[in-house]
Amino acid sequence: MGLLPFSKNLGRPERTAALEVILQALAEAGMGADDVDGVVRTTMESTTDAHIAFCLGIPDLRFFGEVGHGGGSGCALVGHAALAVEAGVAEVVVVYRARNRSTGGRPWAQAGNQVGGDAQWSVPFGVVRPVDQIAMLARRYMHECGITTRHFGEVAVACRSHAARNPGAQMRDPITLQDHAAARPVSEPLRLFDCCLESDGAVAFVVTTLERARGGARPPVLIRAHAQGVGPEHVVMTSYHSENPLQSTATFAARNLYRRSEVGPNDIQCAQLYDAFSPLVLMSLEAYGFCGPGEGGAFAEDGGLQWPAGRLPVNTSGGSLSEAYVHGFNLIAEGVRQVRGTSTAQVAGLEHCLVSSGSGVPTSALILGAYR
Amino acid sequence: MTAAGTPPPVADRPVPRRDEGSAPFWEACAQGRLVAQRCTACGRFRFPPRPTCPACRSFEHRWEDLSGRGRVWSWIRAHPPLLPAFAELAPYIALVVALDEDPIHLRMIGRLEPACPEPAIGDPVQVGFERVVDQVIPLWRLG
Repeated sequence: MGLLPFSKNLGRPERTAALEVILQALAEAGMGADDVDGVVRTTMESTTDAHIAFCLGIPDLRFFGEVGHGGGSGCALVGHAALAVEAGVAEVVVVYRARNRSTGGRPWAQAGNQVGGDAQWSVPFGVVRPVDQIAMLARRYMHECGITTRHFGEVAVACRSHAARNPGAQMRDPITLQDHAAARPVSEPLRLFDCCLESDGAVAFVVTTLERARGGARPPVLIRAHAQGVGPEHVVMTSYHSENPLQSTATFAARNLYRRSEVGPNDIQCAQLYDAFSPLVLMSLEAYGFCGPGEGGAFAEDGGLQWPAGRLPVNTSGGSLSEAYVHGFNLIAEGVRQVRGTSTAQVAGLEHCLVSSGSGVPTSALILGAYR
Repeated sequence: MTAAGTPPPVADRPVPRRDEGSAPFWEACAQGRLVAQRCTACGRFRFPPRPTCPACRSFEHRWEDLSGRGRVWSWIRAHPPLLPAFAELAPYIALVVALDEDPIHLRMIGRLEPACPEPAIGDPVQVGFERVVDQVIPLWRLG
C-alpha cells in the first residue's frame, strides 16, 4: 500500500502524485515497476493506465482496465485486479487513486447551461449536488424506517471520535450530537457534519499472489471476497426510480459478496462503510447484514459504531466524514491497516474487515482478512 | 472587464439538453402537458425515458398524457453553496413526485413553487410549468 498525506492541497499534479504513490506501494511490497504487469483505474482518474506504464517504464503491461461510477468503483478495482491474478492473466496489478481538487474541481460545479443525459431530469430542478441527491433518499429513509437526524449525528460523532486518534486525519476536533444538530443546513435534512470533507490525497495498492505478497516489508492482506452490484432500474445518484429505492446498490453487492465467501456478517469485526454522507452508513449497515432492514438507526445509537466499545466499530480512521474524502480509497487503506493491526483505532483480535464503496451509485465491496 | 462595483451577471439556470429519447417529454412541457412513456406491448409506464421496456423488453411505446397529479415521495430544502443561478432562489425546496397513474414506475424530480408551505411526504401535488431561459419545465404546487 502507498499513501500520500491527505491535505487541502496536494502540492503536485495528479499525475505526479499517482506515480509517487504507486512507487511507494511497490516498494512496500518489495517490488519495482518492472514487476508490474497490470493496472486498473477508475474512470474519474485523470491519468490513464497506459500513461502510468509510459511514465514508469513498465515493460509489458498485460492487463489493464477501468471501472466507472466514481465513489462506487474503489473496491471493484481491487476486485478486478484480484480476478486477473486468480485467472493468471497478470501477476502484479496496481490499483490507484490520486486527487488534486485545484486541478480537478468540484464535479457538480461544472454543470453547463444545458444538461443532458440523466442530469436533465434533476439539475434543472435544483437537484444538482451529491448532497441534494442523497438528502432526497435520506428523507425517504427517515420516513419509511423511523430514522432521525440524531441517528445521522451518531455516524458523524463516531467518525470524528476515530479521526481524533488518527494523526493523518484532517478534522480531529471532537464533536457532539448537539454540535451536529446545530450545524448549518446544506440540503435538509442533511447538515454540515453529515457531509464528507473536500480533500486531496493519493492511495495505491498492489494486488498479487499470496506467494509474492509474502516477500513484502509488511504482512500480506488477504482478499477474502470481492463483489459488485447495481440492482434493477438504477439511475446513478438520483436512484429514485426502482420499485424500492431504499434497497440500494449495496444490497445487491452484499448478496454477491457473501454468496462467494465463507465469511458472513457475524465473522466481521470492523467495517469501513462508504460515508460521503452519513445516512449512507446506516443504510449500508442494513445492506451488508449487520442489522435488519430499517434497524440502522437503532444499531448506531449510544455509540454503537464507536471504537472500542461499540458493537461494530465503523470507519476507524475517521472515514470520508473526518479523515479525508478521496472517493473511498482511504477506507480501503484503513481496511488494510485494520487487518495488519496498525490502525490508530485498532480492533483487538480482528480477523475480517469489510470495506464498501459508494452506494447510491453502482457499487462494490471487499472483505479483507488477516494473514496469520 | 466589469466596472468597479458592478456585480457580475447571474448565470442562467441550467436547462435540459433534449436528445432523441427525451425530446417528446420536453416538447409536451412547452405545450403545458405532462407526459410519460408507456409500453404498448405490456402496458407498463417508465421514467426516465429509454428505448426499451425494462419489464418485457419491447421497443414499442407511446407517450401518454398524465393527469399531472401525484404525491410527495420525498423532498429537500437546498442551502448554499449552490450554482450561482440557484443561489438566487435559496433556500428552495425540490421534491420527488410519485405520479397517480403509477406511483411505483413514475417518479419525477421537480421543484416546489416558492409560495408553497413546507410539504410532507404523501401530500398531494399538482403540476404547473415555468419558463427557464428558452425552455418550459415542470414546477409543482401543493394541493
